[in-house]
Amino acid sequence: MRRINARKITKAVKTLFIEANTVLGKDVMEALQKALSTEESDTGRQVLQKMIENADIARREKIPICQDTGLAVVFVELGQDVRVTGGPLQEAIEEGVRQAYQDGYLRKSVCDPLTRANTNDNAPSILHMDIVPGNQLRIIAMPKGGGSENMSAARMLTPAAGIEGIKKFVLETVEAAGANPCPPIIVGVGIGGSLEQACILAKKALLRPLDGEHNKDERLARMEDELLKRINALGIGPGGLGGRVTALAVSAEMMPCHIASLPVAVNLQCHVARHKEVII
Amino acid sequence: MSTTRKIQTPLTEDVIASLHAGDMVLLSGEVYTARDAAHRRLCEALSQGLPLPIDLATSTIFYAAPSPTPPRRVIGSIGPTTSYRMDAFTPALIEHGLRAMIGKGSRSAQVIESIKKNKAVYFGAIGGIAALTAGRVTKIDLVAYEDLGPEAIRKLSILDLPLVVINDSRGNDLYLSEREKWRTLS
Repeated sequence: MRRINARKITKAVKTLFIEANTVLGKDVMEALQKALSTEESDTGRQVLQKMIENADIARREKIPICQDTGLAVVFVELGQDVRVTGGPLQEAIEEGVRQAYQDGYLRKSVCDPLTRANTNDNAPSILHMDIVPGNQLRIIAMPKGGGSENMSAARMLTPAAGIEGIKKFVLETVEAAGANPCPPIIVGVGIGGSLEQACILAKKALLRPLDGEHNKDERLARMEDELLKRINALGIGPGGLGGRVTALAVSAEMMPCHIASLPVAVNLQCHVARHKEVII
Repeated sequence: MSTTRKIQTPLTEDVIASLHAGDMVLLSGEVYTARDAAHRRLCEALSQGLPLPIDLATSTIFYAAPSPTPPRRVIGSIGPTTSYRMDAFTPALIEHGLRAMIGKGSRSAQVIESIKKNKAVYFGAIGGIAALTAGRVTKIDLVAYEDLGPEAIRKLSILDLPLVVINDSRGNDLYLSEREKWRTLS
């Protein structure tokens, strides 16, 4: 049994959220550069240039890339041979979120759903925890903006709808979103499982690096390719001001589902696609 | 797209009338941040006949809530939030004098109709370039609703904030026209 102190976890979570909010991933920067070289619209290119310049300023000056520093989504893979000491694991994570948003000058964007009163510390986080083999602890911090999350959708399709029904739903969702989710976007698609599992798969799909890798399942790889081409034919473009690059990538994840169902979730991610991870 | 033009708040009737969807502008002067919770309060005050903390007729509202201001900086990061969430409140504010709004994303048919009828304007700012946009803010002051935290109304002094006219006073919609122009999906 390997022991990991809760304080170490808090510190790691704090660092991850501050870094994720100020330093855009190399893969996202490269995807934006690539978009700049393929975009045909002058306005679209100007918008992409500003996005790249913005990420450069944020990294250099250690300030948030976007004012919406997000809901704190956390994925944890806890090795079953790890024992957390010095306090509960969940509390250690929440404390890391609180410290990151307070000490990192990140915006606290969490509130009571009905009164809309701000919790003033950006807690609670949205915590997804998996128990895995081994003696390590993997933490992924994903600050998720409200604008792109609001444009996301889940639908319980019929088995008869099939893969064409899935593609139609993804396209409809992106088209209805228009300029709202801050394009160029990344489109996470979750297929199968249950209602909530499809949504979790869609969110996990957004963690895939933007290096052109497709799902290993040939059927999904083809679907990702085709959807990206069709999404980029919608004309929405960077900032929604028209152009060829509406999405940087489509990533799909899948698992078996009930014989009666075909759950599909589409989780949209803005061009400030933030996530950072650490293995303790 | 036309060449960039500099304009100044408060925006006059003549300036608003001269703006066309697609015009790139650099806006200077003062704008007020207000988003979801502040809009609800403004409209509640209107319906109760209470005075508002800002003069709608001369104000430009920026749908935004900055991140906290770090030491030795003017402001944290700032950029537009998605405008459609304010659509339920916007026609009432326009009826009471509001003529200029800044945000991102499409407006409802009712808002566009209200913009047209009352000769108002809706500007788009680019979302998610908030570190860059912060550099156009020279001063920030709390105006009202401090308890709303990031959603409080704040007065920003801005210099050459880059914007594009999305909905002009004639009812044109840049998002729609540009999307049609670039759409190739059959």
